[in-house]
Amino acid sequence: MSTPFSTISTIASAEARRIFVSPLAWAVLAVMQLIFGFVFINMLVDYARNASMSGQFMGVADYIGGGLYGFATIILLLVMPLLTMRMFSEERKSGTLTLLLSSPASLIEIVLGKFFGLFAFMLATIALLGLMPLTLLSGTHLDVGRIAAGLLGLLLMMMSFGAAGLFVSTLTKEPTIAAVGGFGLLLAVWLIQIVGNQPVPFAAFFSYLSLIGHFESLRRGIFNSADVIYYLLFTAFFLWLAVLRLDMERN
Amino acid sequence: MDNVTLIEARDLSRRYGANTAVGGLNLTLRKGEILGLLGPNGAGKSTTLKMLAGCLAPSSGSVRINGIDIAEDPKAAKAHLGYLPEQPPVYPELTVNEYLRYAAGLHGVPAIERFAAVKRAKESCGLSDVAERLIGNLSKGYQQRVGIAQAIIHQPNVVILDEPTVGLDPNQIREIRALIATLGQQHSVILSSHILPEIQAVCGRVMIINKGRAVYNEAVDQTPRISSIILGLKRAPDAAALKNIAGVTQVQALPSGLLRLSVAADADPREVLADAAASNHWGLFELRAEGKTLEEVFVELTSGEITVHESPEKSLKEAA
Repeated sequence: MSTPFSTISTIASAEARRIFVSPLAWAVLAVMQLIFGFVFINMLVDYARNASMSGQFMGVADYIGGGLYGFATIILLLVMPLLTMRMFSEERKSGTLTLLLSSPASLIEIVLGKFFGLFAFMLATIALLGLMPLTLLSGTHLDVGRIAAGLLGLLLMMMSFGAAGLFVSTLTKEPTIAAVGGFGLLLAVWLIQIVGNQPVPFAAFFSYLSLIGHFESLRRGIFNSADVIYYLLFTAFFLWLAVLRLDMERN
Repeated sequence: MDNVTLIEARDLSRRYGANTAVGGLNLTLRKGEILGLLGPNGAGKSTTLKMLAGCLAPSSGSVRINGIDIAEDPKAAKAHLGYLPEQPPVYPELTVNEYLRYAAGLHGVPAIERFAAVKRAKESCGLSDVAERLIGNLSKGYQQRVGIAQAIIHQPNVVILDEPTVGLDPNQIREIRALIATLGQQHSVILSSHILPEIQAVCGRVMIINKGRAVYNEAVDQTPRISSIILGLKRAPDAAALKNIAGVTQVQALPSGLLRLSVAADADPREVLADAAASNHWGLFELRAEGKTLEEVFVELTSGEITVHESPEKSLKEAA
């Protein structure tokens, strides 16, 4: 009898392997890196030109790290549904989902396994995004804490994106529909912020629900456990929905 | 030990909205048996197998694998199962080795035994030569074998194969059949097919499903039931004399000069006929029984009207 941990890690490592043997992951990473690199250089040049206005109010980690990571959220919003779209819909389409469903792995283990497989991709993205500002360490003093807070925020944000995308992927057997649906769902949760800015009832509640608001403070280097818990709850909620959805399908 | 019941399905039903895919099916499989599930297309074979494998929850009824209820303790029950669905569940982007290692892990084979398990499964399915190739580049026949290897890698008590030879060439079909026959010695196997010779070639018992119901469940090598007797007499009496013999219901003259006698169910009047022919000097020169072949049974049981008569409640339900 296998333990839940070993089952999850078996599924996760197979999933990570399948992500990284597919050209999609590499294409996504390459394009992302190109865009991030462009934005990074752009900001670096910008900062160097306006060095006079910096100083005690705006450090290099703040300007470049914060700016880059703020921009990265938008790119990741577009990219994560592309990676999650395959996870269940493609498996359903090709019939390989049966392998998981007929194996002695529970639905929770299957969903968590898939999620942690995706986590490997998230870590790769975080590593690429982290290394860019860290190259500045050779020439300047960098507030590594701020960079780390920003990266943590990005990782949490990606986990939320991933969980939501994973759930949408359980709804359909067409990967493209899963991608479009995942993108739509993320954008909707993102844009709740707009509702929160309007003079409507419960405006504060809406802006609290939005994914973007909780990232702001982390991006500025403020580690607030409420924000971290928000992302973890968001992630858990959608993973739970995915489990429910798979269970419904069995019945 | 040989009489252990490995699969026991009781009153298994599955409805899709108003459609009944499988209704009130009972099935038992003992250790060392190979059961063939036969039926026309859309009879509910795949649905039945999916429920047995725990991929689909039945609308009503229960499945016990090795005595464990699959709804109550799916993990423990599925550990005794290997399942090959209609479409082999293989990942084209993995190599055979990678895939089988994954399948072994997924089925709870401990890490130290995985290498040996993969090696054994490859050998029994003839995959050793293609072990390092991507599954996506293999032919359909090899992919099917990978699917079977996946189902037996953890040496389960029960192997469920849904149309294992579909899409294979005649040589591959023979190999797969031989493999299934070997599997049947250590495991219990259920396989579905709509190819009659295949079932006759490998199965010990056959179950015919039509419109979601089991309409036939017999051992294959059992003496076939006598449906009629061919009789050759040099000096044949009139039909009434033959009809007087117990068990004979009808006499029909064949163009070749032979007679075909229809017999009542479960009757075997051959010995009586021979005695009568000898004592009455009818000049007996041929006497043989015509059994029902599996094909005749299949056609009889699955051609429309008989099943409708057999399950009036179901047709009523469908009409409603």
